[in-house]
Amino acid sequence: MTVESLVAAVRFGLGPKPGELRAGRDRAALKADLAPQPAAPRPKGVPATGAIVAAIREATRRGRERDVVNFLKNDAKDILVAEVAARTRRAVETDRPFHERLVQHWSNHFTVSLAKPIAAPLLGAFEREAILPHVTGRFVDLLRAASLHPAMMIYLDQATSIGPNSRAGRRRDLGLNENLAREMLELHTLGVDGGYGQDDVVQLARILTGWTVDREGAGNAGRFMSVLHEPGDKRLLGQRIAEAGPDEAEAAFRMLAAHPSTARNVAARLARHFVADDPPPATVERLARVFRDTDGDLRAVSGALVDEEAIWRQPLSKVKTPNDLVQSIFRLIRTVPEGTLMIGALKILGQQPFSAPSPKGWSDRATDWITPDALLRRIEMAQKAAARLGRYADGAVLLDAGLGAGATADLAAAVRRAGDRTTSVALVLASAEFQRR
Amino acid sequence: MAERAQSLETDRRRLLAGAGGAALALGLGGRVALALVPGDRRLIVFVLRGALDGLSAVPPHGDRDYARVRGDLALAAPGRDGGMLDLDGFHGLHPALSPLMDLWRAGEMQILHATATPYRERSHFDAQNVLETGGDTPSGSADGWLNRAVALAGGSGLAGGLAVPLVLSGSAPVTTWAPQVMPLPDVTLLDQLAVLYGGDALLAPALEAARAATAVTGGGAMGMGKGAASLAPLVGGVARLMKAADGPRVATIDVQGFDTHTYQGTGNGRLARALAPLGAAIMQCRDELGAAVWGRTLVLAITEFGRTVAPNGTGGTDHGTAGVAFACGGALSAAKVHGQWPGLARDRLYQGRDLAPTTDLRALFMAVLTGHMGLPAAEVARRVFPEAAGLRPLDLILKA
Repeated sequence: MTVESLVAAVRFGLGPKPGELRAGRDRAALKADLAPQPAAPRPKGVPATGAIVAAIREATRRGRERDVVNFLKNDAKDILVAEVAARTRRAVETDRPFHERLVQHWSNHFTVSLAKPIAAPLLGAFEREAILPHVTGRFVDLLRAASLHPAMMIYLDQATSIGPNSRAGRRRDLGLNENLAREMLELHTLGVDGGYGQDDVVQLARILTGWTVDREGAGNAGRFMSVLHEPGDKRLLGQRIAEAGPDEAEAAFRMLAAHPSTARNVAARLARHFVADDPPPATVERLARVFRDTDGDLRAVSGALVDEEAIWRQPLSKVKTPNDLVQSIFRLIRTVPEGTLMIGALKILGQQPFSAPSPKGWSDRATDWITPDALLRRIEMAQKAAARLGRYADGAVLLDAGLGAGATADLAAAVRRAGDRTTSVALVLASAEFQRR
Repeated sequence: MAERAQSLETDRRRLLAGAGGAALALGLGGRVALALVPGDRRLIVFVLRGALDGLSAVPPHGDRDYARVRGDLALAAPGRDGGMLDLDGFHGLHPALSPLMDLWRAGEMQILHATATPYRERSHFDAQNVLETGGDTPSGSADGWLNRAVALAGGSGLAGGLAVPLVLSGSAPVTTWAPQVMPLPDVTLLDQLAVLYGGDALLAPALEAARAATAVTGGGAMGMGKGAASLAPLVGGVARLMKAADGPRVATIDVQGFDTHTYQGTGNGRLARALAPLGAAIMQCRDELGAAVWGRTLVLAITEFGRTVAPNGTGGTDHGTAGVAFACGGALSAAKVHGQWPGLARDRLYQGRDLAPTTDLRALFMAVLTGHMGLPAAEVARRVFPEAAGLRPLDLILKA
């Protein structure tokens, strides 16, 4: 049981299952996680995405608050709980944990959130349909799928953005909403210092007009309605994009995906997630170069992460987010929790699933997660989990399976000395080592 | 440590050189003595995340262009059904903030309008960086201006909630407090963990601070929810901690939900639902602190920028520039709307779309730190807002 297998399991993976450390997964095993696989089937209790869109439309059609509240409290909530359960099951059971961590990373890069409640029933579908199939594919495909998924278009108001000079805009005095365009430039592609201006935000918003959710609820992807599209040529980042209806968005996606600022922004966020809160500039540059050289091939970029020596030299230097922590506990005790239990636990720890406070997503910095009160809650949860496991778990066994060579001698001694099994388990789960990855 | 020693050394040399000797001597003396100043002042800062629409919160009904440029988002005139409340004959107050009228009538509320940080782009995150660091650019300092003020004043800061916001982050000591949701872990487990965390630079101090804070507030089984309901237990806990004679002097409370791109509404709607808990929270501060402490307290409500003057195509407003800031508290002695009104005619707008900024928001912060917290002006300018050199503090009207 080596330190290398711990790094593979916790930094790249989601925490070891029993036996995972002993199996000694290495760099080759991590790269094998990146091979393409067929997508998982739709979770039980979740209708097709088109049907969810139709249900949202029905709930909001008459503009009555009662209908919306009723929908959110019942159907939408049931769907969300089923999605959280399915996502947790994937995380707890997968034997390709590096792939699943990438899904979670990209899902955070392209954040959609319960902060817009009506999007709730689409958030799981977004991760399964727009993110998961593309995390080892080409960035431009990921960008397109994420931007045009109904969840994103509702979350960032694209669904109701209308070209002021489009046929619909002229008729009803409706207009542009810059929200998706701005966050696409600032967060998803170029980055805030990526070299765009307010005019590019407006131009991209004009380019995107027409893309909206399908009113009849057919299919999964967004739908282009020319009646909403702003006519005329546009100019993005100094380049002319000729009037071409739905193809304008495609031209913009390609331009943004190929832009060197995008390579740098994507590399910086990946490096922060996998390497360090403040990753070495050389690491970011290496990843950005792979991104540029391979035309945004995310399998190649992810493989390059595995080759980053800095990761292997500094085990346990990142702090687990609450989501990392809870998933790693359930993997270790081989239990798939109910969706409601997962939601409740993460709510208490400050990271309710699919509820990032802003389009920027959840923080990837230790100081944002380890505050006095947040730490107390982690300890409370460790104790509660230990109490629930009771006599079915033993701290010494969990220590060996969960931390292996990463446990300090002091922790091992305290676990051995613990007066009861519950305390021994709580000590492992609340330990400084187990709070890190 | 080395940094502090160096700056003291710089002070000493400047003093010897006779450069502004009197002021500097005062500054140095103040620095040493401040932690001992009697009748210590309190400052609570609500950070309204997402960019509050200043033209809705404090609508200028006296501006002849207001109703026209705001279109569907214009609030009805004072006295009309669901209309705004009049403040000074020119400015009004959003009806969802009506509890604050008590403060206005008591001379305990002042407002700064058409204000902005020096930041002129429209990214929430960069703008919040500038708002919180007190610098000129998003990539400026890594600590918050309020933390630098705490370092100058002595004592410690308190962040209400699970995380320390940037404005209160830095070298001065800060702790967090949030309502408990479960009974506390048993003491023996905490004792064992305290030993095991021993040398851990991140976890050991966090656990120690958590245990100290919990001893004061006594836990209290209240949930952390989202939005309106969650503010009351949070504000209650923060106020109780600050009320203690040796409690923190400075606290922050983050409030989300002001990014009203859609369905912003007027008397009702998304913005009204975000404003109502804010008004209630400020009044709760007054009630929980009690008359004596409230008389020494200032509550600020600040946001990263304002929103577009014209409604967007989806019943909301997009990211703009100048907005509004509130100061409330028993430490004030008059009701007033500060700021130079730039007007809403198209040629008066910033870039043809936003309310034009006429007062640097840091002028308010400087006035609060000097006039209210009693920090020496020269030190505030030099240590807290070094990038705002030459900026004149706002003429807040404070009790003598």
